Amino acid sequence: MSTSAKALQELTSRQYKYGFVTDIETDTVPRGLSEDVIRLISAKKNEPEFMLEWRLKAFRHWLTMKEPRWQNVRYPPIDYQDIVYYSAPRPKGEGPKSLEEVDPELLKAFDKLGIPLEEQKMLSGVAVDAVFDSVSVATTFKEKLAKAGVIFCSFSEAVKSHPELVKKYLGSVVPYSDNFFATLNSAVFSDGSFVYVPKGVRCPMELSTYFRINAENTGQFERTLIIAEEGAYVSYLEGCTAPMRDKNQLHAAVVELVALDKAQIKYSTVQNWYPGDAQGRGGIYNFVTKRGACRGKGSKISWTQVETGSAITWKYPSVILQGDDSVGEFHSVALTNNYQQADTGTKMIHIGKNTRSTILSKGISAGHGQNTYRGLVKIQKGAAGARNYTQCDSLLLGSDCGAHTMPYIEVKNTSSQVEHEASTSKIGEDQLFYCTQRGISQEDAVSMIVNGFCREVFKELPMEFAVEAQKLLSVSLEGSIG
Amino acid sequence: MSRMEPMLRIKNLHAKVRDTDKEILRGIDLEVRAGEVHAIMGPNGSGKSTLAQVLTGRETFEVIAGEVLYEGKDLLALSPEERAVAGIFMAFQYPVEIPGVGNLYFLRTALNALRKRRGEEELDAMDFLALAKEKMKLVAMDQSFTGRSVNEGFSGGEKKRNEIFQMAVLDPRLAILDETDSGLDIDALRIVASGVNSLRNKDRAMIVITHYQRLLNYIVPDRVHVMSNGRIVRSGDRELALELEQKGYAMVEPPVRQEAAR
Repeated sequence: MSTSAKALQELTSRQYKYGFVTDIETDTVPRGLSEDVIRLISAKKNEPEFMLEWRLKAFRHWLTMKEPRWQNVRYPPIDYQDIVYYSAPRPKGEGPKSLEEVDPELLKAFDKLGIPLEEQKMLSGVAVDAVFDSVSVATTFKEKLAKAGVIFCSFSEAVKSHPELVKKYLGSVVPYSDNFFATLNSAVFSDGSFVYVPKGVRCPMELSTYFRINAENTGQFERTLIIAEEGAYVSYLEGCTAPMRDKNQLHAAVVELVALDKAQIKYSTVQNWYPGDAQGRGGIYNFVTKRGACRGKGSKISWTQVETGSAITWKYPSVILQGDDSVGEFHSVALTNNYQQADTGTKMIHIGKNTRSTILSKGISAGHGQNTYRGLVKIQKGAAGARNYTQCDSLLLGSDCGAHTMPYIEVKNTSSQVEHEASTSKIGEDQLFYCTQRGISQEDAVSMIVNGFCREVFKELPMEFAVEAQKLLSVSLEGSIG
Repeated sequence: MSRMEPMLRIKNLHAKVRDTDKEILRGIDLEVRAGEVHAIMGPNGSGKSTLAQVLTGRETFEVIAGEVLYEGKDLLALSPEERAVAGIFMAFQYPVEIPGVGNLYFLRTALNALRKRRGEEELDAMDFLALAKEKMKLVAMDQSFTGRSVNEGFSGGEKKRNEIFQMAVLDPRLAILDETDSGLDIDALRIVASGVNSLRNKDRAMIVITHYQRLLNYIVPDRVHVMSNGRIVRSGDRELALELEQKGYAMVEPPVRQEAAR
């Protein structure tokens, strides 16, 4: 093997930095799934009747569904009766009222993840709704947000304090019957985040949630709902990590976004779930349904995702462009290393007139990673003057990985324009030599070239996240350095 | 190192394309002293660019015999980046594009990597910018270069000027210019040559590889070597280059080249 190939191999074999297990008491329901388990989850959360009914409806529908197999990923059958569907850190007495009441072990875990809540609260001005396994343990900055009229709370809390909003919007973008995993989520979801930005309000800070899967054999089924009323603006950040386990864990989340007239929602994800070890053992199955509805005229939804973790990533953050002149955007970086697989992309459904969408996808494959871009651009008959621009770029590191691009384009009128560009490139020996001849080490050169490849997407991320994403990408590619 | 010792001493250097039997350098001997400019000329395929790449450590090639001493040390034992740290720079014949990586960011990363490994303090953004602006003048580069990605969308002439700009900032002791004149019109050639000339000094050596004597009207060499079939077959002063221009490479080559006959 040549030295640059060897260096590439060393760079791409690395250790997961976030693999630690936190030893805290958890409150867990028995393994397996049945109506009883769902009733138990709902009861544990003191949910109103309408919520339980919705869950049961979903569960009964789920029993009639088959797990999809069309995706370009391979995994052994999942035993749905072998999963614990609810696991919450056991509150000592009543639930925590402030950070001081939160289990110190839990806070230590967050510290290890590099998200000291205290510090975040004091310094960064980012409100964090931290989901540890299934229950939100701390929500910060609530007061300041409340002053602006913004509701930012755990999903469970929203069910109790804002049932009318939950009733109105839950399942309105991703119905309970949408797909196998979304339906499963609808039946068993444990917690998540809820955001409501009233008319004309610009949310005064970036909202942020960190998810972390801790307990063994728990699926994490969180559910997020964001509503931006007329003229409102909100930017939401989501970061994810999970400890190392040699068994696979299922993560089937649902995110629904609703943007009314002239409202804007910006949703950014940095996903770094445990990807499995170098032989492909363990790791998270990240099967997620994310969809936004641009319901209002001139509304805008943009998804930005940096996906470096998970054994399998399978998701298509989509936008339904219903309102005239609405805008949908999807910016994505997906990295697969070792035996990771990704089948990700977006769906842009143009319904309103003069709707516009942009898709920018950057796939990086290293080791034995398999990376698929799959995207649908659908322009309905009534979407006169609609436009889409799609660009899919793939970068290959080494010779055992793969990149696949599967665009689907349906146009049903004659006044629309759709453009699609795709490229595949390898990090060239010539690029590496150019860098090393100038004195830059091979590792730094690979990291620089990959970051350059992703720059167009990174510049869509909020500043702090962009820096984190760059670091994450370097860590994901480096071996001993970290 | 004494002034009398050559900076670079190449002895009986043989190299082939890695993983093949294709020998390209078949016994090169060359000595280059600090302050000197050596031109290496020769027809296509004679091994000029291979020599440049072997000296800078490109792994496409494998040294099968001979030795190279640089400032008294075994050069061939060093990795490409260690050679850069030791003060060796190559202006590429085909500068590589690196999309999304800013031209100045790249150069600052390189300069600071070199400085760090030499135990020198790294330059902060402000100091670096001041240095870069000063050196850009040498090759008449304007501000618009700074915002662009490394060589991306550059014209042939801009790429070559960018190489000389990098050389000016990185300040090497031994610079190897691989066909820096190829693809340049006469105006660009003048700019590049004047940039190179301004970097000539008593401590720096240069090896200028070129197919045409034209460049040597602007960068006047101390020594001229002619390569053919992997060896240096003639050496002389710059008169040799002029003679070559008149008579063509036929004067140093057998009538039928072996490769062509096969």
